[in-house]
Amino acid sequence: MNQLVVEHVTKRYANHTALDDVSLSVPDQSIYGLLGPNGAGKTTLIRIINQIIDANEGTILINGEKLSPHHIGQIGYLPEERGLYKKLKVGDQLIYLARLRGLSKNDALIRIKYWIEKFEIKDWWDKKVEDLSKGMAQKIQFISTVLHEPKLIILDEPFSGFDPVNANLIRDEILELREKGSTIIFSTHRMETVEELCDHIALINKSKKILEGAKKEVKAKYRTNTYMVEHKGIFSLDSEHYEHTGHRDLDDGYMETQVRIKSDRNANQLIQDLVGATEIHGFKEKIPSMNEIFILLVNGGSDE
Amino acid sequence: MNKIFLIIQREFLNRVQKKSFLIATILLPLIFPTIIAVMVYVAKQQEKGAKSEVIHFVDESGLFNPDDIKRYELRRFNGNIEDAKIAFSNSDDFGLLHIPKINLSDPSGIALYTKVNPSPNDISDLESKIESQIKEAKMIKFNIDQRILDSLKTDISIRSINLSESGQEKSSDSNVLFGIGMIGGILIYIFIFVYGAQIMQGVIEEKTSKVVEVIVSSVRPFQLMLGKILGLASVGLLQFLIWIVLITSVSSLVLGYLGFDMPQQEMMNQMTTQPGYNSDFMDVMQTVNEIPVFYMVSIFIFYFLGGYLLYGALFAAVGSAVDSPAEAQQFIFPITIPMLISYFALFTFILDNPHSSISIWLSIIPFTSPIAMMGRIGFGVPPIQLIASMLCLIGGFIFTTWVASRIYRIGILMHGSKVSYKVLFKWFMMKS
Repeated sequence: MNQLVVEHVTKRYANHTALDDVSLSVPDQSIYGLLGPNGAGKTTLIRIINQIIDANEGTILINGEKLSPHHIGQIGYLPEERGLYKKLKVGDQLIYLARLRGLSKNDALIRIKYWIEKFEIKDWWDKKVEDLSKGMAQKIQFISTVLHEPKLIILDEPFSGFDPVNANLIRDEILELREKGSTIIFSTHRMETVEELCDHIALINKSKKILEGAKKEVKAKYRTNTYMVEHKGIFSLDSEHYEHTGHRDLDDGYMETQVRIKSDRNANQLIQDLVGATEIHGFKEKIPSMNEIFILLVNGGSDE
Repeated sequence: MNKIFLIIQREFLNRVQKKSFLIATILLPLIFPTIIAVMVYVAKQQEKGAKSEVIHFVDESGLFNPDDIKRYELRRFNGNIEDAKIAFSNSDDFGLLHIPKINLSDPSGIALYTKVNPSPNDISDLESKIESQIKEAKMIKFNIDQRILDSLKTDISIRSINLSESGQEKSSDSNVLFGIGMIGGILIYIFIFVYGAQIMQGVIEEKTSKVVEVIVSSVRPFQLMLGKILGLASVGLLQFLIWIVLITSVSSLVLGYLGFDMPQQEMMNQMTTQPGYNSDFMDVMQTVNEIPVFYMVSIFIFYFLGGYLLYGALFAAVGSAVDSPAEAQQFIFPITIPMLISYFALFTFILDNPHSSISIWLSIIPFTSPIAMMGRIGFGVPPIQLIASMLCLIGGFIFTTWVASRIYRIGILMHGSKVSYKVLFKWFMMKS
């Protein structure tokens, strides 16, 4: 079951197209990375899902239902540009934001109590937001995003501006929320976050989706059949089947050579050929990082 | 609907809980009575403490035989004017009045010598004193009896009475109606400016603090805008209510403490002790009594809210388009022009001539009607004009709210872009 389905969404502005026929499927309880360079259209898509702006074409389904105002209570949104009412006290602020999302005052109070105990910030209740540090304000903002226990949580660059301690705290919370049944969409261009947390990704570039799928599959797809060989002594292989794509010297006379298999040979056959040619100390497949895939696709134009 | 109410409630509490609201609400009504009280106090002290000064006079005409006037003691100097000048310059006294031999029909050459410049009041007091003495002299000369003269004088006071179609007679005192129109117009003018600016400020704050993105993911931008406008309207109504209560009670208290009776009572006293004021006072009281209070108050509240909603939406739109109040100036200016026009029109001709066709048109056009109608309403507005004006105002604020919301929904999400009228128009035309 997909928590969120985006079908052929197009958004045009006067002199440019922000989203061009974008379709996505976000599976239940996934952590879904929405990737793309700045200006690719991520924020536009997120705003459309949050019903802040409307698409020109296309439909959006939440849990199989067409997106409508009553879904507001099922979505939690942390925009990239964080902001709270500066003059409003923390407690009043959280209650207000929760009630706008459709919680009753009592429910809001119960849940706020849970979170402020969890984050050990009880004594902030009567503080104005302008008196809080940036990190403190971001905690409040995170609480306001998840307070109404949304099924779908959309986080735009959630870790920007957090110190490592808070970033860890938020990361743990995100994982816990997923365990509890929420689906999380990350919009980010921090690839380390994607490597670590996401299980599904989509890449948007120049208003178009150019890649989507489970992270493992994407990575598998972008395998280049290249292997890292750590060895002692220079070797050369049959150039009909193999190609040296990189070489560097390690300590104590060891070397690392990248070998790409050009033909239909497999890794075992490569090892056999290497055994006769050099002294092997290590062997592993070179799996592309998300960063490499990202740069490859964004710089190389769309492959699909 | 429920969410709009939440926003109204939040806006209301935000403002009302602020110290500045408390200070403005409580201090402002205290300031006016305090100023009045201080002025009254000073004036009373001056009256009591003023020691009378001496004006010497040299009367060569032999006509002059004055008693003292106000704070001056008039003292005759026997001798010629040259001696008097010398004596005066050696004294500490206030002035020297010289009345030469004069021709009764064309008196000239009367002079007042002083060391400091006399006030216009002092001069005119002296003039009227001399005039009356000359008049007496003339009456004697022409053999006219004072009693005959008195019997020639008649006091006339015209009572204006409105004859309505049903034949009912209503008296009206145009001064009272003038006052009502002026106060109503000024109140609406101030309210729209002060609260319009606050709406704009609030929108800019939400925009620059970026909180707006979270809010509009929960409510429609239109709901947010309307909630803000209505929330502030309720603050404004509360504030005026408190002011009215405070001003009336504090004024009465302060004036009472200073040894005055309450204004109404004072008038009552005047009525009984000074028969001359009787009819004037009765006219005023009759007009006041005959003002249909409920009708006037409802009309006032209608235009008060209608004008505020009409302009409030425009102020919200301006706030949404800019990143700082400084940038807002260029857009605020055209909004204020119709306000200023109606404000000046109120004083220059609407109150003087409430039934002229320009007054009528200004009171129907929705951008000027809230202030213009206040100036006319006391003098009686034909129902057809009133209904047309009200419908136009309702249509007007629906129109401005619609226009504003189209700009607002785009503007609040735009940051750092240079906004011009062309850009605003583009936003307005943009499909949602």
